Amino acid sequence: MSWDQLVPLIAALPLGGFCVTALIGRRLGKGAHWIPVLAVFAAWLISMAAAYLALSGTAPFGAGGFDVRLFEWIPAGSFQVNAGFYVDNLTACLLIVVTTIGLLVHVYSIGYMSHDPGYWRFFAYLNLFMFSMLLLVLADSFLVVFVAWELVGLCSYLLIGFWYRKRSAALAAKKAFIVNRVGDIGFALGIMLIFVSLGTLDIREVIARVGELDGARITIISLLIFAGAMGKSAQFPLHVWLPDAMEGPTPVSALIHAATMVNAGVYLVARTNPIFAQAPSALVVVAAIGIFTAILAASIAMTQTDIKRVLAYSTLSQLGYMFAALGVGAWTAAIFHLMTHGFFKGLLFLGSGSVIHAVHEEQDMRQMGGLARKIPITYVTMLIGSLAIAGIPPLAGFFSKDEILGESFKNGFVWVWAVGFAVAGLTAFYMFRLMGLTFWGSFRGPKAVWDRVHESPPVMTIPLVLLAIPAALLGMALGLPFGANTIAAWLKPVFEGGQAVLRGGAEEATFSLFGVDGTLILASVTVAVVGLVVAWRLFGAELAGLRLAARPERVRELTARLPFLYRASLNKWWFDDLYHLLFIVIGGRIAAAIWWFDREVVDGTVNTIGGGTIEAGRGLRRIQTGRVQNYALGIAVGLIVMAGSYLLLIER
Amino acid sequence: MSDSLDAYLVLSGLLFAIGSFGFLARRNAISMLMSIELMLNGVNLAIVSFGAFIPALGAQGSVIALIVIAVAAAEATVGLAIVIAIFRNKHTPLVDEYDSMKQ
Repeated sequence: MSWDQLVPLIAALPLGGFCVTALIGRRLGKGAHWIPVLAVFAAWLISMAAAYLALSGTAPFGAGGFDVRLFEWIPAGSFQVNAGFYVDNLTACLLIVVTTIGLLVHVYSIGYMSHDPGYWRFFAYLNLFMFSMLLLVLADSFLVVFVAWELVGLCSYLLIGFWYRKRSAALAAKKAFIVNRVGDIGFALGIMLIFVSLGTLDIREVIARVGELDGARITIISLLIFAGAMGKSAQFPLHVWLPDAMEGPTPVSALIHAATMVNAGVYLVARTNPIFAQAPSALVVVAAIGIFTAILAASIAMTQTDIKRVLAYSTLSQLGYMFAALGVGAWTAAIFHLMTHGFFKGLLFLGSGSVIHAVHEEQDMRQMGGLARKIPITYVTMLIGSLAIAGIPPLAGFFSKDEILGESFKNGFVWVWAVGFAVAGLTAFYMFRLMGLTFWGSFRGPKAVWDRVHESPPVMTIPLVLLAIPAALLGMALGLPFGANTIAAWLKPVFEGGQAVLRGGAEEATFSLFGVDGTLILASVTVAVVGLVVAWRLFGAELAGLRLAARPERVRELTARLPFLYRASLNKWWFDDLYHLLFIVIGGRIAAAIWWFDREVVDGTVNTIGGGTIEAGRGLRRIQTGRVQNYALGIAVGLIVMAGSYLLLIER
Repeated sequence: MSDSLDAYLVLSGLLFAIGSFGFLARRNAISMLMSIELMLNGVNLAIVSFGAFIPALGAQGSVIALIVIAVAAAEATVGLAIVIAIFRNKHTPLVDEYDSMKQ
């Protein structure tokens, strides 16, 4: 088979798996996972081969990317949309993340969902999601991207509300869907504006011709596209849906709400980088919103007690980092962080799922503690993930996060660097608070639960181990040597056009380990270690010979000293309450007033006219007697009046 | 007076007025049809008189009168047939009881 068939197969296999499972999954019972897992496995094999060829620049992919024309989707006069796939190095990077984590999450779900009555439904949805996400990264037209964009939103809705009998899950699904719509409207308007301006929706053609437009229009297009990215990637002020999305099953949180779908916004901005390169003011907005989301979410993550919510806010914060990187023009760093974050955050979520499984569906970290001895595999893999996200060298997060911070400093965005620097410390703190509360110290839950705490089956622990490997090594594999690393070489063809516009011909600053770069690395590692040590002192640690007891009284003392900050963090800076007030209470009042106006004034006018006509007809009916002679009298009188008036008026 | 147009027109008007009154006042359907004939004949008389007294009209007056007679015959046939059909259903010739069209 040629690549012309293999590339569409990457998306088609999960779609086929979804169709089969949706149709006959109920009859397959406990064997329902075979078709979806095998479909994703086959898609993974093809993706890996395609990514290898693309990234090594081998034919037919080459440096310019590989193009598959599928069919003419909408041929309507001047409105032409072709359905096609396009694989370049950026797509290849995303394919690696999406299919690898997707496959491991599928395998993990075999164990995690084994007791669920909706087993087959879960796998059908997962496969539909894989199809949508792969369509999103493969599509070469804005309209196809938009369709995939909505499809992943739908899958997210279906999977958050997977346990739809639980009221909170149903509400969270609805919230995610509605908040996403707000961003999607922006994206849709952006696509329309692109078509009106350039007459095409083909991404590469748009990118090539965007220079024809005037600056203000490019800025508006950029901001509208970014609005869509903000919704999907849960950036402030549309961030409120992601923490609630944790109501869904944990594999869903790992796959959709940490590793793939929420990265769609980052991917979209990176894909359209030449558009953003010509709108520097839009890039500043991207950087500001990104870094603000990063510190906002990190501050909230510090006090949450639900293990999955801590990870959700951590995801928000890391996505904020990626947008900050996109905003300062460090696009390679953004995609690098997207890849490493996908792996270690997927690992952390799956690990938290294993923890939740072990302590019998308890998510409150106050009811945990000391689990390290009981579930060692989960513990070690999560420790690797936590070290990676905290930015401790030489794990993956260190390289990508450091590249973001270093680039923002060198590109002249010192304020982004300063906030990102603080967030790095907070990240290490909240991750090791999570580790301390969960794995170290002594168990705080009921004794009956402690006796039955058990390690998860191999089908769940093996994906954890397999994810821990890239979480530990991916940074070194892609990020070394400093200054001329692999990922930069991979993504150079995608970003060099945009970079040339952005920098306006200025040389990129060279990397100097014993200069500004080394200092920045040292600073960010120091702040990460400080955050880590503070968390250890407060929440305890048990590493090999190192044993530190948790000090809850010190935590209480500290929170009492900063009551406002503590309450703000615990209540998520009251954003949910603010939105409740703005959109539910005030918005509801306005809607009620408009409804009253519609009912009383608009409907009232129409109903009055209709009722008046009916009443008039009822009255006039009386003069219709049905007697011939009455009508004849009418004719005679009419005739006399007409003839008489003729004689009197005209003849005179 | 016998050879003046006015006399004929007065007679014609009288016939038409009697016919109109009959049509509006009589309740019997047959009488109403007869009243219509009277009106038609009044009009016919006027037309024929015009034809006779105004030389410029030539034979046109007589021709129109003939057409009116033909139409009147057709009208009487159809009208009578309708009245008989209604009479068979309602068992009465009185038109004020023909009120099925009301409501």
